[in-house]
Amino acid sequence: MDTTRREALAVGIGAVAALTLAPVVPALASANAVDDAIAKFAGGKKPTAGKVAVSAPEIAENGNTVPIAIEVESPMTEQDHVTDVLILADGNPNPDVATFHFTPMSGMAAASTRIRLAKTQNVIAVAKMSDGSVFMDKKTIKVTIGGCGG
Amino acid sequence: MAKIRPRVKVPRSASKGDVIEIKTLINHKMETGQRKDRKTGEKIPRKIINKFSAAFNGKTFFETDIDPAVSANPYIQFHAKVMEAGTFKFSWVDDDGTVYTTEKKIKLDG
Repeated sequence: MDTTRREALAVGIGAVAALTLAPVVPALASANAVDDAIAKFAGGKKPTAGKVAVSAPEIAENGNTVPIAIEVESPMTEQDHVTDVLILADGNPNPDVATFHFTPMSGMAAASTRIRLAKTQNVIAVAKMSDGSVFMDKKTIKVTIGGCGG
Repeated sequence: MAKIRPRVKVPRSASKGDVIEIKTLINHKMETGQRKDRKTGEKIPRKIINKFSAAFNGKTFFETDIDPAVSANPYIQFHAKVMEAGTFKFSWVDDDGTVYTTEKKIKLDG
């Protein structure tokens, strides 16, 4: 694998950040926790943009209950369907929100729910297909009142 | 706490091959484990619904792993492709091990 200068720098900075932050217990989810969760879910594959879409309000007045919906483009046949969709919120104390598991019988890979957001942050959806490919989408939601009882 | 009662909306009937929308809601506090008791300052232990699953005629076709970031009274909306008449069974698993279930029947048109 070729490592570009940019990637090498990013890795270096990440390592330094990890070392500096390690002794402190982070109050909110760090970028690392989100990256780790995505990496674990994707099983080593790099998520690409497209296919999956997150829809949510741009401004959520009440962070206690923010409606979000995800939809993945897929024929949902035995050969080609969406298996799992991971939802993460990168500014919450714990980035995990929910994981949807689909089957061809779902008919379409779309679901919605209501979530808690502690502050203004990104909501990330990562979709895994039956062929192992991984797609990702991100949406920033502004939160007026936080929802994690802080 | 109020009695936990799941509510589900499924169409009564559908044509073969239709993709129907299913809406589910269960009343539950979804205590995150992050909040502190105002009087004692101690953390209130986590108690949430951690898993939801939907099955049709005994076969599970949709599941959700739920983390504390899902709002109180968790609402989940999803879809199902209907190929035959039958019964949907929905279940919610509480952190304390309790499983709440409900069933809905669907007929085929014509």
